[in-house]
Amino acid sequence: MNGAHAIIETLLKQGCDVTFGYPGGAVIPLFDAYLDYKGKIRNILVRHEQCAAHAAEGYAKASGKVGVCIATSGPGATNLVTGIMDAYMDNIPIVALGGQVPTKLIGNDAFQESDMMGITIPITKHNFQARSADDLAPMIMKSFMLAGQGRPGPVYIDLPKDTQIHQVTKPFPKEVKIEGFCPTFKPNNHQLKKAVAAIAESKKPLFLIGGGAVLADADKEFAELSKITKIPVTTTLQGKGIFDEDNDLSLGIVGMHGRKCANYATINTDLLISIGCRFSDRITGSLESYMKNVTVIHADVDPAEIGKNVHVDIPIVGDAREIIQGLVDAIKSVKLPDWSSWRDEIHKMRDACESCTWCLDKKKIHPRMIIEAMNKIIKKDDIVVTGVGQHQMFAMHYLKRYKPRTFISSGGAGTMGFGFPAAIGAKVAKPEKEVFLIDGDGSFQMTLQELGTVAEAGIKVIIMIFNNSYLGMVRQWLEIYHDKRYSQVHLGKGPDFVKIAEAYGLKGINVSDPAKIDSAIKEAIKSDVTTLINFKMEEESNVLPMLPPGGHVKDAFGGCMKIPGQFI
Amino acid sequence: MENKHIISMLVEDQPGVLTRIAGMFARRNYNIDTITVGKTNTKGISKMVITVIGDDSVLEQVEKQLNKLIDTVKVVEIGKDGVIRELCLIKIAAKDKKSKDELLNYSKIYKIKFVDVDTKSMTLEIIGTPDKIDSFIELVKGYGIQDISRTGVTAIARGSNGKNNS
Repeated sequence: MNGAHAIIETLLKQGCDVTFGYPGGAVIPLFDAYLDYKGKIRNILVRHEQCAAHAAEGYAKASGKVGVCIATSGPGATNLVTGIMDAYMDNIPIVALGGQVPTKLIGNDAFQESDMMGITIPITKHNFQARSADDLAPMIMKSFMLAGQGRPGPVYIDLPKDTQIHQVTKPFPKEVKIEGFCPTFKPNNHQLKKAVAAIAESKKPLFLIGGGAVLADADKEFAELSKITKIPVTTTLQGKGIFDEDNDLSLGIVGMHGRKCANYATINTDLLISIGCRFSDRITGSLESYMKNVTVIHADVDPAEIGKNVHVDIPIVGDAREIIQGLVDAIKSVKLPDWSSWRDEIHKMRDACESCTWCLDKKKIHPRMIIEAMNKIIKKDDIVVTGVGQHQMFAMHYLKRYKPRTFISSGGAGTMGFGFPAAIGAKVAKPEKEVFLIDGDGSFQMTLQELGTVAEAGIKVIIMIFNNSYLGMVRQWLEIYHDKRYSQVHLGKGPDFVKIAEAYGLKGINVSDPAKIDSAIKEAIKSDVTTLINFKMEEESNVLPMLPPGGHVKDAFGGCMKIPGQFI
Repeated sequence: MENKHIISMLVEDQPGVLTRIAGMFARRNYNIDTITVGKTNTKGISKMVITVIGDDSVLEQVEKQLNKLIDTVKVVEIGKDGVIRELCLIKIAAKDKKSKDELLNYSKIYKIKFVDVDTKSMTLEIIGTPDKIDSFIELVKGYGIQDISRTGVTAIARGSNGKNNS
């Protein structure tokens, strides 16, 4: 057995039956081996390596499994970098395999050689370079372990060409161990008790649930905790879907473009119970004023997150699902106070947000109209993936999600072009579900070559382009903070997206009449092939409400005007 | 308050481990004052001693981030009561007998070894705390320092506490 076969054998043993990759000189032996494993493992041939990495992310996020992407050495591997970085920021378990020049040539500046080990150190959980064919099996096993366990993240493996060709001389290890890697899984009981005591003493408790809870698949446990405590729930972008957003305890997303009811709760709470959230600047605004005089319980699997940005009174380290289950068990024996007046206060705010009709009566298509149409039409199980920009924030704010792993978006990195390839990965992971891509005309044009991938591989996703001819988010900032000095944000007339889809043998629909939104979405659902809907919309609409960057949560402005108090 | 903290860590003796650690410091905006690396009595495990400047919250983050690195096996802080040493080689201009005699006298007070001497200079080896080395350098500055080479701090916990080698 040669190294390439060893790689595939090990991938199969790790439960991987699909990869996303692009060939090149340094991975010819690896892709050659795929021919010997037909029916067991397949590779989705993408059109650009960056998309291999994003597709692996989408696959991982939709399935909870480790996603795998492959590229050749040099430029192939450097094209993976953006996707690896994106996975690092959002804690997505992927294993990236990159070809490398033969071991003897490393350091010679050989053709298509690049120092991928050096390049990927700061954007991976760990990386490995194989030095012999016998290294491969244990390295891949270790990579899957590192990518998936503890705080998930990307792992890169450098595969010199000769290691793929040489024969394997040692049997595969049954299991692998890494001495310096022992993430805390079970939370400390004493800390759980302290947290429960703080909850029992609080007057206005609030949950803030982040992506960590989604990664730990803690939705059932959290639903139970919510049922017992009836404490209002806010989430981050990555936490979206962990809790049924139709539940009247759900306030939606907090932060810069969060819902006013969620941000209201954030500044009026006296006890914040944060689980699997890393308090990014998009959540907190100014750190000086955030959670001042509020008791903070911070639960995270990564101890380095605790106390990094926000003061913490009760830290809990462990797996989010274990922590939530622990809280459920501990809280049952405690008499909880009557929080009904706090809930009434919150419900009043929530009702105002729910009944808000901001921008729904415009003559031209507004992003919100499409999102509201989706709320009516799509199934709770369907997966929605977004690009990055205004459309993403509209989706985050207004789209209802009910289950984890049904909303996939690039948060920490904010990678434009993420949406389409991630949607492909999600569809490969969950072929039985409909996958909707909400994308901007700017974002989509960064990775639209993947139309070739879906056309050839017969993958169906529904592409919804929120086409405003602008790089809308930057334009919005220029409008608000730079005196409307629009520089490099207008994309002009843009291409005929429908014709582009048709050129690939796919279906395209143009929509510019708000009355036709529903029928276009329904038509796309009925279609057997990837269908692109080009929503031509109002050019200069802003995502509101908005918190000024670095400002206080109470400084939110714009959007729904019905809400009383400091939010007018 | 900004302070010097000494961190002692065990790391896997892998290629690139120094890059990973130095890179983490650079990326997160922490300052390495000194760094020393050497083998331990366990095969495949090296000891690294790093001096970091920062307040307590910086130290806490540095320790946590170091612990997160996969090649890191153990991280401990060596407090002020630890045994802290540095070695310094210093070449001092000493052209006449008077200078040489004076340096010889200082060396007795500081318990310093002479490791090389020629007609124009003397090379000394100082082992001690960084403070001791600093004060000696201050003392002999007037003679003209021709070259200096310091190892950076190495340290070990006192007594049977803090058994670092597992």
